[in-house]
Amino acid sequence: MVYGIIGLINFAHGDVVMVGALTAFSVITGLLAAGSGMPVAVVMGIGLAAAVLVCTTLAFSIERVAYRPLRRAARLAPLITAIGMSIVLQNTAMMIWGRNYLRFPELWETRRFVVAGASITGIQIVIVLVALGFMALLLLMVHKTKLGTAMRATAQNPEVAGLMGININTAISIAFVVGAALAAVAGLMVMSYYQVAHYHMGFMLGLKAFTAAVLGGIGNLGGAMLGGLLLGVVEALGAGYIGDLTFGFLGSHYQDVFAFFVLILVLIFRPSGLLGERVGDRA
Amino acid sequence: MLLELIGLEVAYGGIKAVKGIDLAVARGELVCLIGANGAGKTTTLKAVCGLVYPRAGRVYYDGDDITGTPSHRPVARGLAMVPEGRGIFRQLTVEENLAMGAFVRGDRQGVRRDLEQVFELFPRLAERRTQSGGTLSGGEQQMLAIGRAMMSRPKLLLLDEPSMGLAPLLVQRIFQTVQEISREGVTILLIEQNARLALEIAVRGYVMESGTITLAGPAAELLADPKVREAYLGEIVAAEPAIERDRA
Repeated sequence: MVYGIIGLINFAHGDVVMVGALTAFSVITGLLAAGSGMPVAVVMGIGLAAAVLVCTTLAFSIERVAYRPLRRAARLAPLITAIGMSIVLQNTAMMIWGRNYLRFPELWETRRFVVAGASITGIQIVIVLVALGFMALLLLMVHKTKLGTAMRATAQNPEVAGLMGININTAISIAFVVGAALAAVAGLMVMSYYQVAHYHMGFMLGLKAFTAAVLGGIGNLGGAMLGGLLLGVVEALGAGYIGDLTFGFLGSHYQDVFAFFVLILVLIFRPSGLLGERVGDRA
Repeated sequence: MLLELIGLEVAYGGIKAVKGIDLAVARGELVCLIGANGAGKTTTLKAVCGLVYPRAGRVYYDGDDITGTPSHRPVARGLAMVPEGRGIFRQLTVEENLAMGAFVRGDRQGVRRDLEQVFELFPRLAERRTQSGGTLSGGEQQMLAIGRAMMSRPKLLLLDEPSMGLAPLLVQRIFQTVQEISREGVTILLIEQNARLALEIAVRGYVMESGTITLAGPAAELLADPKVREAYLGEIVAAEPAIERDRA
């Protein structure tokens, strides 16, 4: 999303997810420990709200302080700054939450459903539905609202967007804030799924998200969504079958290798991604 | 005066592109600024809309000093620009492009009415309303750029080289439209290399040469001026026009 509007690969995005997860962790475990007797859904809701608040504030400030001054600089400068931001966030999180893996409590019993021979847990279904819901919302916002159209206009031609009366700084800030709010949701979902959170969790997530975006066609929302889905399937299948394929030489812990194998293949054979360059352009 | 430039100076690095010019456009006027490539016309316009920061001088719009204000500010106050090269949002549809022209407006019904009006003015755009801007021909893109600027209901319309790269027939059509818009009461500052066409529809004109204004006056007088005829209308009065221009 942010790439689409300012052409910056925001390597710190995964770490914003991490901050969201850890914030939610602190709030939720704190509330549970206080024994307020609130229902689990309410506790989760408060945790999510806190995570969204922290993440959006954080992303807004990062853009202001770290990226905006470099907007006219060579492309490499903001990229390096983004990697630097990622390191800063990780280390700050390490100082606040420590180096240990934090166990996220099991807040509900795991229910299993069997659909067409595959076993699915309740949380998996919830995660898929929530993700689909937010994707739909995001697509609607970007493609059907005036604000979304203004953001796309800014992405395509910031100078002319300014001439239309669009404050491009605001448009860019909004892109960061929306991205961060979604990151907070993602952080909570990832943590609920794996039931663990730690300061380093965002790094791999960010890299995978980047791979998914490249796979789908970078700067293209629908592409990123498709890329994410495909990447997940490739990873799961790859991790499941790699043992058989290599006669037990490599195990499923090589899961992460697949993501980057895919990244390399895409960069070699179709750098524009699956859905890249589908827009007609004549003159 | 709706627009007034006083002693405007713009420099890129150490090179002065505009060297202290004065220019004024009164309410309702159609004024043109003509001159050769690189004379500083576009830079002047960019300084008016805040795309470049002037080194010296002031820009007054509608009684206020807008020198150096960011480009999105004056739009709400009726300043619209058709940029050089049209500046179409290539991946937005024709309709979305027009909607962006009305970005600063809150009155939905008025916007919808104006949209229909633009489609009436340019039926070609109505046919292509769901196509992306990048797929339009040069002429259609120019129509779209003008239509988009009109969507903000401007008081002052700045046009930068609307004839650039268009076939003569299309140029005629665009200039007719510019005249129509002017008749509706919109103040226009037109920048053109095609001096004859510009002077024919304008009330007054300015001639710009390497960063300074060398001539100014009623368009009809400029059209008759031997220097203008020689340098910009391609008529050989005395020496070789190309040499004459280079010396200037």
